[in-house]
Amino acid sequence: MSVHAPILAIAVPLLGGFAVPLLARIHKKVRDLWVLLVVLFVAACAGYVAAHVLEQGIWVYVLGARNPQETLAPGGFPIRIMLTVDAMSAFMGIIAGLLALVAFPFALKYIPEEEGKNLSLTLGVLLLAGIMGMSYTGDLFNFFVFLEVTSIAACGIIGFRTWTSRAPEAAFKTMLLFSLSGLFFLLALAFLYGEYGALNLAYLAAQIRGSVVDRLALALFLAGLLMKVAAAPVHFWAPDAYGEAPAAKTLLLVVNTQVSLYGLWRVLFTVYGGALSAGVGWLVVSLGLLTMVVAAFMALAQTDLGRLVAYGAVSQIGYMMLGVGVGLVTLSGRPDYGLVAMKGGIFHMLNDALTIGLLFLCVGAVEWAKGTRDLRELGGLGHGLPGVALCFLLAALALAGIPPLNGFASKILIYEGSFRLSPILGAVAVLASILLLAVFARAFQGAFLGPKAEVRVKLPWVFFLSLGALAVGILVLGLVPGFFVEELVTPAAKALWHGRALYLAAVLGG
Amino acid sequence: MTVVVRTITRLLLPISLVFGGYVVMHGHLTPGGGFQGGAVAASGLALVIVAFGAERLAGKKGLFSALESFGGVAFAALGFLGLGVTFFANVLAGSGKLFGHPVPYGPNPGDLNTAGTLPLMNWAVGFKVLAGLSAVVLLFALFGGESDR
Amino acid sequence: MIGNLPFVVCMILIALGLWTLLAKRNLIKLVIGMSLIESGVNLFLVSLGYVHGGIPPIYTYAPSGAPMVLPTPQALTLTSIVIGVATSALMLAFAVVIYRHKGTLDARKIRDLRG
Repeated sequence: MSVHAPILAIAVPLLGGFAVPLLARIHKKVRDLWVLLVVLFVAACAGYVAAHVLEQGIWVYVLGARNPQETLAPGGFPIRIMLTVDAMSAFMGIIAGLLALVAFPFALKYIPEEEGKNLSLTLGVLLLAGIMGMSYTGDLFNFFVFLEVTSIAACGIIGFRTWTSRAPEAAFKTMLLFSLSGLFFLLALAFLYGEYGALNLAYLAAQIRGSVVDRLALALFLAGLLMKVAAAPVHFWAPDAYGEAPAAKTLLLVVNTQVSLYGLWRVLFTVYGGALSAGVGWLVVSLGLLTMVVAAFMALAQTDLGRLVAYGAVSQIGYMMLGVGVGLVTLSGRPDYGLVAMKGGIFHMLNDALTIGLLFLCVGAVEWAKGTRDLRELGGLGHGLPGVALCFLLAALALAGIPPLNGFASKILIYEGSFRLSPILGAVAVLASILLLAVFARAFQGAFLGPKAEVRVKLPWVFFLSLGALAVGILVLGLVPGFFVEELVTPAAKALWHGRALYLAAVLGG
Repeated sequence: MTVVVRTITRLLLPISLVFGGYVVMHGHLTPGGGFQGGAVAASGLALVIVAFGAERLAGKKGLFSALESFGGVAFAALGFLGLGVTFFANVLAGSGKLFGHPVPYGPNPGDLNTAGTLPLMNWAVGFKVLAGLSAVVLLFALFGGESDR
Repeated sequence: MIGNLPFVVCMILIALGLWTLLAKRNLIKLVIGMSLIESGVNLFLVSLGYVHGGIPPIYTYAPSGAPMVLPTPQALTLTSIVIGVATSALMLAFAVVIYRHKGTLDARKIRDLRG
């Protein structure tokens, strides 16, 4: 059974998501237990797959074949849908599994029963299935299908509170943008299909030439995926979406964005690998810088705590783009600092997931306790909610990259790599960090410091479980980053940096 | 709606449901399959909603939801059926059990009893699409108008 | 040149859809623009599979000896159409909810979330 682990990580949440309304008719507790079991199973599968891949190399699983390794049809052409899990995919799977483990128990308590909890949980589990599918797949059209699954599920989650007027507006705008990005991606796919006749990632990587059609497809891929990732000129959906979704589900939306970013790296590094010019890398780097700075400035003006943290999340995407973009620029020469920057960018995905996750959960706890997120009305919560205040402070410091926390570990790698490429990049990145620290210090002061405020509602213990788990993760990753960088991040970075030949050999060579 | 529309609807509803079922059933032989057949059948139900008003079907929302979930679970479960070999492996094709006749190669008059798990998956998707699209049209008709709930 | 006509038509459809998204303010018209882009992309995907003189790729009662049009882009297009249905339904549902809250479908007047 363990030979089927990659597909089980995708199929079990699919089955589980559809079964939630049926089980809810039996009893509410049965449904809650079922959701927790499904999420636990997915996290276990993700961990198992990662351990296996890190030990034994790329794991290929072909659906519907006579045995799971039968990649090529007679004739030497890959025709079936396959899952190709290398170190980078396994890394994204771990992030998804980890955050789902933390988000779902929180959500089970956070969403009140009368708000349509069935549907919210179904959408959340389906979103998890889509995210795992996007991480593990080895076929470009399969990636598109899971991309659209996550878009639809994410917009359903964003627009959930239909009795307010803000949530449907955010959901409509987000759905418009996600749908457009999916269609650009499909158009690029169509160009590549017309050119090469197959959509398997490894097959395309072996055949790609750099002709005009390929470059057109690359432009469309960039357009579509940069819209989904909330890069700078088209980041408008992210603050609305992250701000309006119920707090626990925002973690899944953040993972969704990160896995879309992983999709961009997969297309740029593995499919296009050698046929790229440095201009594409510079585009990614400059958009990353723009995202960082614009989001940090917009965060200054926010009065809603949820939107403020959302702008912080958008800004961190800029760091990931900067780090891996430096690697993209130097892909032809492959100097050392390119790998360092890529390790920083990829490690930052894990750190950002934990940090932003903790921030959003704190915002959710504050909203549960006080019923509002407006900074002008909050204040003095540090006395009534000491645990939440401490977690918020920890996460804000980690976000800004203060030493011994995990944000510092990844940001120092990004600063070092980007500074070696061009000093301006490193300088702007550091400045954006300082700006974000100022923003979050103001938010912390506005919400938690000040004269003591009445907190009459007691937070459920499940909240503290999730908050504590993330806080412990932040501290551990900050105090011993070397272990995680060596074991998890470096194989993932190397898989993108010079693992293209191994990827092709795993699928086409046998 | 007028008497003419209602009478024609009463005549057309069974025809559209049967035609949708036919398209679903023969998905592995002729153009069609789960989504197409489900959409045809759902158009019949949409005609009922337009002709008789949404309140006639309003009590059936729970049924639609249950049918939709059942279709989804059945589709995923059929994928799990092949887990002895690989996920989505077609274990019933060519094996002599339900839908198990071997398929002749090349142009042939189609045999319905072939293709293993494919017709079963077509049915699962057909139910899901029928329930889903009908529920969408029903909810738009019930809640989308000027009148409040 | 005449063989490229389907592709040119698809690009015109996509351009019309993009223009609708940029120029129109009514929410329903935005959904229609998205649907135009979808139609253009789906048409492009299907017309990629054309084989000159081909028949539909169905073995049931097929005339023997004729070349068949490629079936894979047809499967891809079908998937894309289904996804398009789901996204249109979702966008229209949210447009309906926005209308019930705000009484208007003008995108410039629905600006609760600003800044």
